[in-house]
Amino acid sequence: MKPSAKMKKASTGKKPGATELLREPELRDIIETVLRLAKSTQAEETEVHVDEVADALTRFANNGIHQNVAEHGVTISIRTVSEGRTARATTNRLDEDSLRAAIDASLSLAHGQPKDSRLLPMPKRQRYRTVNRFIKRTAALTAEDRARAVRRACDLAVKKGQVAAGIFSSGQSQSAVGNSRGLFAAYRETHSQFSITMQEDPAASWAKANSADVRAFNPQELAERASQKAHLAANAKELPPGRYTVILEPAAVLDLVGFLFYDFAATALEDKRSCLNDRMGKQLFGNNITISDDVFHPLQQGAPFDGEGLPRQQVLLVDRGIPKNLVYSRASASVAGKKPTGHGFALPNEYGEAPMNLVFSGGDSSLDKMVASTDRGLLVTRLWYIREVDPYEKVMTGMTRDGLFLVENGRVTTAARNFRFNQSLIEMLKNVELFGPAVRATGEESFEMVVPAMKVHDFHFSEVTKF
Amino acid sequence: MWDLCTNALDTAKLRGASYGDVRVMHLRQRDLTTKNGQVGTLTQSESIGIGIRVLANGAWGFSSTDRLTREGVAACAAQAVSIAKASALAKRGAVVLAPEKAYVDSWQSPFRKDPFEIPLETQLALLLAADTEMGRVKGVTLTETNMQFRKIDSWFASSIGSRIHQRKVISGCGIAATAFQAGEIQKRSYPNSFGGQHLLQGYELVESLSLLRNAPIIAEEAAALHFASQCPEKFGTLILGGSQLGLQIHESIGHPIELDRVLGQEANFAGTSFLTLDQLNKLKYASSIVNVVADARLDHGPGLGTFAYDDEGVPAQCTDIIKEGKFRGYLSNRETAHLVGLDRSSGTMRTESWNRLPIIRMTNVSLLPGTWDYDDLIADTHDGILMETNRSWSIDDRRYQFQFSTEIGWEIKGGKRVRMLKNPSYSGITTEFWNSCDAICKFDHWTLWGTPNCGKGQPMQTMGTGHGAAPSRFRNVRIGTAFSNQ
Repeated sequence: MKPSAKMKKASTGKKPGATELLREPELRDIIETVLRLAKSTQAEETEVHVDEVADALTRFANNGIHQNVAEHGVTISIRTVSEGRTARATTNRLDEDSLRAAIDASLSLAHGQPKDSRLLPMPKRQRYRTVNRFIKRTAALTAEDRARAVRRACDLAVKKGQVAAGIFSSGQSQSAVGNSRGLFAAYRETHSQFSITMQEDPAASWAKANSADVRAFNPQELAERASQKAHLAANAKELPPGRYTVILEPAAVLDLVGFLFYDFAATALEDKRSCLNDRMGKQLFGNNITISDDVFHPLQQGAPFDGEGLPRQQVLLVDRGIPKNLVYSRASASVAGKKPTGHGFALPNEYGEAPMNLVFSGGDSSLDKMVASTDRGLLVTRLWYIREVDPYEKVMTGMTRDGLFLVENGRVTTAARNFRFNQSLIEMLKNVELFGPAVRATGEESFEMVVPAMKVHDFHFSEVTKF
Repeated sequence: MWDLCTNALDTAKLRGASYGDVRVMHLRQRDLTTKNGQVGTLTQSESIGIGIRVLANGAWGFSSTDRLTREGVAACAAQAVSIAKASALAKRGAVVLAPEKAYVDSWQSPFRKDPFEIPLETQLALLLAADTEMGRVKGVTLTETNMQFRKIDSWFASSIGSRIHQRKVISGCGIAATAFQAGEIQKRSYPNSFGGQHLLQGYELVESLSLLRNAPIIAEEAAALHFASQCPEKFGTLILGGSQLGLQIHESIGHPIELDRVLGQEANFAGTSFLTLDQLNKLKYASSIVNVVADARLDHGPGLGTFAYDDEGVPAQCTDIIKEGKFRGYLSNRETAHLVGLDRSSGTMRTESWNRLPIIRMTNVSLLPGTWDYDDLIADTHDGILMETNRSWSIDDRRYQFQFSTEIGWEIKGGKRVRMLKNPSYSGITTEFWNSCDAICKFDHWTLWGTPNCGKGQPMQTMGTGHGAAPSRFRNVRIGTAFSNQ
């Protein structure tokens, strides 16, 4: 196989953590090579995505590191258009023969289907607002750096008679998209994450943070917080199921409201699978709920362009409880007679688009203030295994996990055994009494968003488990 | 490929590794979908790379790259050793591996029709025809179909001398009809929800499923659900269809028996397990008619958990999990086997791709067939509810308390299926539920279901698992809670 010009992949590291991503001119070279190769085929239009990831993750349990991994890879994804048909082929081989094979595979798939009368020409060159989320300190983090932080957290657990488990990850990634009509966009970012569970048998608690900048959180502070809450979580009392006032920490809010994001896709409404069908423009949530999609928010991450290379727009989705706007890909915008908002997935696909950078409006109530204002309720650290029970009423089920605390007369009095909930998100967002400041929240059920802690009345717990 | 493997192992040894294993993997995949009579996704992908796992200073390190040159692989191996040495800064004890022989072998999963050789036009024509059949039914507002094919080559080499090549061909397909009406969304899927049926087979799987015959049936059911009665809330008799029971097995037996979870290695993410080590050979997990195995051998069937060797170089095995109701075994690997008194791994280390570390995974965790004919089981049920095809699933992080809902239910009265029920659900505590099982249908009704989307590990890995099940009956189960508003 003949290597293509200027396509040497980045070194896998002179030392762990020091991987260098391809530079922007190299990304352009790859895209231009594919476009050049495609010119000699039947492709009338060609689009190229280049994605590169260099990630590392240190995993610990039982107060020691048990898994420690690193990965580096580049993928080239090629979409061709021929005679009103389109398809995509992806490879991680960068030599010209492999790229040519991917172009041929894409064309072969395209030719195997009926003509698509809705297919739009590829977009032309676009202008993008710059965002800088590439932090050199994060990119330079080494396995030794992560191991030392983990060691300190595990030492704390040993000192407290607890058992620590979690992860410390860091990495960098980039995406570029270009097409035969002259469009080119590129974006890179770093990411880091520390998550810790402290177990004081049989209780446990948890803390987690996530940022482009590893200096934005302190792993040891997270370990201390999880340790203190694990101690409080011991001797959990069984309470009867029923409706409770709950104080949901930001991670619990995120993992619930994260299930709403696809409902704001224009395609979801067209397909009649959104909970917003027949509800746009009506007072659906409380008038204290405002939701937008904003990739430029300082606490957000992600590329400022979509799967076709269109610039992402800021979109006000819910204004004081009323669903006002949807997000549109070029295709769904064309159907609806709207302007695309830059939220489309890479084509071809059947899902259309989605807002990926949700930002909820917040308030100024601290968790302490919420607790102090509560006669009887439950403080929820985290939720787990959330699934959709009813897609239109948006009833979700799931469990509390890693720290559920009873609040009585304005203070936490005891830990409670974990509950199963069956709760409509629509109803929940009508019942919010207080908000904390909106923060970058991170959990396990949803991608990261900017959400506040919430105090919600009449949250429905249906059953209790054994711990 | 073997040269690259040897290069990796040699470099790792030179850098100080006491053990190493490598996997070069080449993954090819084709995805086709349709929606409302139009082609949706139409993609093909390939990915090739190497993952290198080493032990150095008594701790693990893993690195992966798609740079398959001598220099790229050597740099990757060196990085794996560096990472292992960093792990040793916070290790809890030295890793001890159960002994295993070296194997030199090549194996290919059996298939009759290579799905990548079947013309795309043929595949799309079938999906579009099924899509059209569903769309003809009044009341149906969304029709969806899908096919997915995968071909995975892996070359495994270890420093104890194993050299194993395996090729797996996996096929999957399914159809679904959704009906939105008067503020309610109802959906029916065939042959299973969330992508249909998936097996270690070729295109013959698709041809065996009779998509066109079933398309109008599920479309009619989706529309009819709007006029069905709500599933009642009560304690009562429950009969589960095979695919729903397969997921019940997955969540309430398959995950709790993963030894890494039991030992706390997943405590931060996937959770732990109520099956603590003191429960082995003591716990009455289920009623005495319940027998469950974890069987990765081809003899068990072409499941998503079928292979010749796991990704740690251990041959496929069959392990008793529940025998006559008693808890008998865990899923283990070479590192954890000795902790439950085993002198050998049960062969369950699996990886999603070259860039992921092998971890303990379900193979085919199956409920063995019972003795009942399906018609006799229905006839023997005076008052019960039959639930089919999963709609939602959730279980706590120690695998005690679960709740499932299904797409459709049927009321059974006086030994007959009398009427359709919408929004069926049930919930319970794992051991109480399995101890309430009083009838399991025989092999004629037994299907090896594929669950293609099991997520576990950090970074997240998606793995396919197999679950053989036949319709079964459970007594005094809590029914209808998911849709209760009390």
